[in-house]
Amino acid sequence: MSFLDKVKGMFGGAPASQTEIKAPAPATTKSEGVKVAKPKIAYVHLSGCTGCLVSLADTYEKLLDILGAVDMVYNLTLADARDLPEGKIDISIVEGAVCLQDKHSVHLIKEAPEKSGLVIALGGCSSTGCVCTFSRGGQANQPQHESFVPINKLVKVDAYIPGCPPSPEVIYNFCIAAVTGDTQYLAPFMAQNVGGYHCGCDLQTNIVQNSLCMGCGTCAGSCPTRAIEMEFGRPSFNNIRCVKCGACSAACPRMFLPVAEIQKKLMV
Amino acid sequence: MAFGKYKEVMALKAKDAKVTGVAQDGGVVTTVLCYALEQGIIDGALLAAKSETPWLPKPVVATTKEQIIAAAGTKYTISPNMSAIKSAAREYALDKIAIVGTPCQIYAARKMQLYPFGARHIADKIALTVGIFCTENFSYAGLKTVIEDHCRVPIESVTKMEIGKGKFSVKGAKDVAIPIKETHKYEQDGCHVCSDLTAEFADISTGSIGTPDGWSTTFTRTTRGSDLMKKALAAGLFDKKEMAEFAAPMGLAMLEKLETGKKDKAKKHVEERTALGLYTTPGIVY
Repeated sequence: MSFLDKVKGMFGGAPASQTEIKAPAPATTKSEGVKVAKPKIAYVHLSGCTGCLVSLADTYEKLLDILGAVDMVYNLTLADARDLPEGKIDISIVEGAVCLQDKHSVHLIKEAPEKSGLVIALGGCSSTGCVCTFSRGGQANQPQHESFVPINKLVKVDAYIPGCPPSPEVIYNFCIAAVTGDTQYLAPFMAQNVGGYHCGCDLQTNIVQNSLCMGCGTCAGSCPTRAIEMEFGRPSFNNIRCVKCGACSAACPRMFLPVAEIQKKLMV
Repeated sequence: MAFGKYKEVMALKAKDAKVTGVAQDGGVVTTVLCYALEQGIIDGALLAAKSETPWLPKPVVATTKEQIIAAAGTKYTISPNMSAIKSAAREYALDKIAIVGTPCQIYAARKMQLYPFGARHIADKIALTVGIFCTENFSYAGLKTVIEDHCRVPIESVTKMEIGKGKFSVKGAKDVAIPIKETHKYEQDGCHVCSDLTAEFADISTGSIGTPDGWSTTFTRTTRGSDLMKKALAAGLFDKKEMAEFAAPMGLAMLEKLETGKKDKAKKHVEERTALGLYTTPGIVY
């Protein structure tokens, strides 16, 4: 069973074969010696600032682990190809929101799930809309480019990595877990836990209003724009500063708690 | 397994009079942090320190022994220590950060180490986690209500608070103790889904339950925690007793009883929430 089948099986797709899943290696294990076929990766860049790609590169020498473990078949920033290559791709990693007035972007995002086994939204813009949410158009040199939406408005997304940008470490952990088939680690990246539309207000609705908050302050510590201050033990959101990247919701230990992962990887 | 995974459990009491004078119980957290700082194992710690408002703690990044000792003692209300972690790594440029917190804050730190969504180059600087036993916490207004309306003393006159032997007690201008039962309704509701009393995911966790006054029941849970504790013991910083010296109903029997109580209560609370159709954190009951 290929790594892709394992991951796909976890995300609800039918695995191609039913061979036994081997125990996954820890996410921190270097990829040398991992005997899996290199997955074909397309890095689909829509309307975003390239910060997510920079964050991926900000893993220093670990970037070589990632690049060594995959076959990067499409990446506008790093290679020449203008369009998704012909034939099947294993994973499309999407950075940026989709501009509804840009035919090329809409075509590209529609093509991504048709050509690839999995679609991963990397970063706030593709996961939640992030700062693109606030666009009202009227900017040179494409003033007609007005509305920018998270990619799940147009296509089914298999996993989300929120954050503006997501930290290099979480991108690294995700990539290594994906190529080693560490499904337990990957599970929280599925929609119900961290994806969809998340901003400070959602933390208020899902956690504080839902009487789950205990005031640890992780949301405030995770916010890239410092839009959250803790007041009397609860987050207080500055909704003008909030860019809707989703990091606070995803980091909140009351949103999901990876107990088994902590036990296995940290309690040693 | 009761008390989560651990390597050793022991009763400890700090020897340094400067620490025992200000500590809540055995002075374990303060002593361990000061020692770790001295040895270069950490270069700072996230702590709940005193603020200008009486008994309202504020998270601080402590980088000296004096600051650590000044922050000693339990404050029975929320201190969002994790909110200061970015500041510790960026403004204070710390490379080896210790985090002291309640079990839920240890959850947060551990989750951040595995899933550092918005924590660029921060989670890898967590060098030590010290957990404090916790049954539940109060909001500041809740704590004030307990002290001023139930104990009937002004909060600024209080010099120490304690929970133990079924009582919530305050010391200061006037010593008052009220049944702990009276305080239950002021607990923050977010605590009720939590089933961790002994900070099961900290490197070292400690608290008063199970040991006599002036002592702390202490677990070492990871190699990191255990190595540090062995060094601190070898340096003669603590008086140490085996937990077996405290026979039931004291000792670990008492801790297990309270822990089971917390776990059962959390399970029941989560079932009630689910019946109401409310979202509850996946993984929180285990």
